[in-house]
Amino acid sequence: MKIWIEKQTALIDFTLASLARRKVKNFGLLLVYMLIVFLLASVMLYTSALRREAAQVLKNSPEVIVQRMVAGRHDLIPPGYLERLGRIRGVQKKEGRLWGYYYDAVVKANYTFMVPTAGAVAAGKVADGKIVVGAAVARERGLVPGNLISFRSYSGRQFSFAVADVLPHEAELVSADLLLLSEADYRAFFQIPAGHYTDIALSVANPQEVRNIAAKLAETLPDSRPILREEVLRTYESIFNWREGIVLVLLSGSILAFAIFAWEKASGLSAEEKREIGILKAIGWETGDVLKMKFWEGALISLTAFLLGYIAAYLHVFRFSAALFEPVLKGWAVLYPRFELVPAVDGFQVATLFFFTVFPYTVATIVPIWRAAITDPDAVMRS
Amino acid sequence: MLSRNSHRALVFLTFILVAFLLTFADAASQRTSRSAALAANARLVERLGLTDLCLFTEARYTRHPSQADLHSAFQDHPIGLEHFPSGSLLPPPRSLAASYENLDRKTNRPD
Amino acid sequence: MIKLTNIRKAYNQGRENEFWALDGINLEIEAQRVTALCGPSGSGKTTLLTIVGCLARPTSGRVHLKERDISGLPERFLTEIRRSTFGFVFQQFNLIKGLSARDNVMLPAYPLGGDWRALHDRAETLLDSLKLGHRRDARVEWLSGGEQQRVAIARAMINDPQVVIADEPTANLDTALSREFLAILENLKEQGKTILLTSHDPLVIESTVVDTVVNLRDGRLVRGA
Ligand SMILES: Nc1ncnc2c1ncn2[C@@H]1O[C@H](COP(=O)(O)OP(=O)(O)O)[C@@H](O)[C@H]1O
Ligand SMILES: [Mg+2]
Repeated sequence: MKIWIEKQTALIDFTLASLARRKVKNFGLLLVYMLIVFLLASVMLYTSALRREAAQVLKNSPEVIVQRMVAGRHDLIPPGYLERLGRIRGVQKKEGRLWGYYYDAVVKANYTFMVPTAGAVAAGKVADGKIVVGAAVARERGLVPGNLISFRSYSGRQFSFAVADVLPHEAELVSADLLLLSEADYRAFFQIPAGHYTDIALSVANPQEVRNIAAKLAETLPDSRPILREEVLRTYESIFNWREGIVLVLLSGSILAFAIFAWEKASGLSAEEKREIGILKAIGWETGDVLKMKFWEGALISLTAFLLGYIAAYLHVFRFSAALFEPVLKGWAVLYPRFELVPAVDGFQVATLFFFTVFPYTVATIVPIWRAAITDPDAVMRS
Repeated sequence: MLSRNSHRALVFLTFILVAFLLTFADAASQRTSRSAALAANARLVERLGLTDLCLFTEARYTRHPSQADLHSAFQDHPIGLEHFPSGSLLPPPRSLAASYENLDRKTNRPD
Repeated sequence: MIKLTNIRKAYNQGRENEFWALDGINLEIEAQRVTALCGPSGSGKTTLLTIVGCLARPTSGRVHLKERDISGLPERFLTEIRRSTFGFVFQQFNLIKGLSARDNVMLPAYPLGGDWRALHDRAETLLDSLKLGHRRDARVEWLSGGEQQRVAIARAMINDPQVVIADEPTANLDTALSREFLAILENLKEQGKTILLTSHDPLVIESTVVDTVVNLRDGRLVRGA
């Protein structure tokens, strides 16, 4: 055992000494390698934490949302519609919801205006003329409780509201752009007559029945489109999936470039390297020793790149709010939620990343050496 | 003993390996310390009946991807030009399309 | 020490350009003596060295090392024997560029897994004894030809071999350095090493250090020279 350790450390010594000969090149390689791991790990950590958080937070969203479709577009629920729903068995509670979008030309941002259901917000906070705003809205418009703010409605009229409260910063991921207002204000602002709703939220007595109820809904109200909670959750499961996303498109380009670079570096045995392997064999190294030495080279580089890249990615995503992704995720939006994801690290994903970054590089380092290392050692006698 | 390169390298590797393991410890501790905030968010979602994460606010179909019209991500046409970069992060929710088709087949009256 | 019986070596055997570099060599190399292989370029000296030093196998014939027939052994065992019995000083020195003189000297001992500190000290002692102590941290490509050869000699000695094999050791040296090399050779002989070298340099062949001169021509021994 001691001999084994001494031997491996000696081989590592040699490998490091040879790497040190081309410092700039090898260091550059390590840096690029680290950057790739960093980007991959950042995407991986970010998306898995986001998906996990979405699943945890949205597990309580309405069981069924019923939209009404007119000519392929989402339309208002007309009066009487709600009553027709009542005849479907298994529906425990039904509620017309009022919400919509408002474009605020002052800061060029979109808000979501919403009427909270009765009792959802502390009494008196959302009354006529009083609103509660999301943290990003407050930040964008510089609002604190007690401020007055006015919006110009689509009808051209000016509406003033008093800010009664700001939703907590911790809730930005779900509520950054919200503006909660009373039903009367909402109907006046958007000129939606009484009896009309944006959509309908249903709760179902037996969760197992949800699919049947959705089918019945589609049957009795052919112009309705039910959206089930499980579908909402699945939407967020598939969001940022491995295969999607501009980040990954960019990444795959750089991964490919790196693969070529690494292959070039690892497999393109120079005449010099071939000669060195010949010398090592001639002075008494076995083929296995040469391979072990090269294994350590690949393993040290890829392990260092993996560990450093991963640590940097972890810090980036969970300590610096994935700041590098912001421009991509932000897109055209002005209003952007500030949120710190709760770390959710999937061990299996980390293992996969490890496997796909460390393993191929190490193999790419060893395989070409194999072919050089099994050549006859007498070749070095003539050069 | 640090005079050997291999020893230096092993010390360095051990060091970053420990840092790597610490990230898991950090993740676990953050999960416990922030579980209350997560629960509060889940309650807010329940009370207000929210359906989506507020990630992209630039358009209807990116603000509420689960509530968007079926084809809105493609501007009412499957090969309509895409305007927003976040659209490339958001595929039209496949599950919705699938279940909609599904429901479509179950009804005998056309939409 | 080493007995060669009817050694033949073909390059590119069975192909159009088949070439018999050695053709029936019978030779005994005595222990603790200096044997010089001498002959014109292309006569098969280097080929013979590779066979004695277990770098290559003969096409036919037997090689006995201390009564043991090693001509049929698999590569693994040959490497083992090469590492423990032979030390090589190549014509082009074949040092690994970019590494220090000391690292080069230590190389053959790495796969053995011995104590590193002891190995390190042994390398420095060897370099000191070859008057290279002051250059031990220098990269080998910064050393002069004579210094490089002495590093190569130190490397050949690091595993304390019984046999030292040197191919054209003075080919790249001037007269003064060649004399210095002969002095080192003398020293090795006194330490009880068996030495086998090739040369067509009269300075070496006629030197008193050399005990036996073996003449080669066209892959055969030339008797009575
Ligand atoms: N790998 C090889 N393939 C073919 N021919 C070779 C090879 N190595 C040596 N030879 C030939 O074998 C002969 C003997 O070579 P060598 O032993 O190097 O001679 P010396 O060392 O006496 O100059 C030469 O004619 C050389 O061309
Ligand atoms: Mg020769």
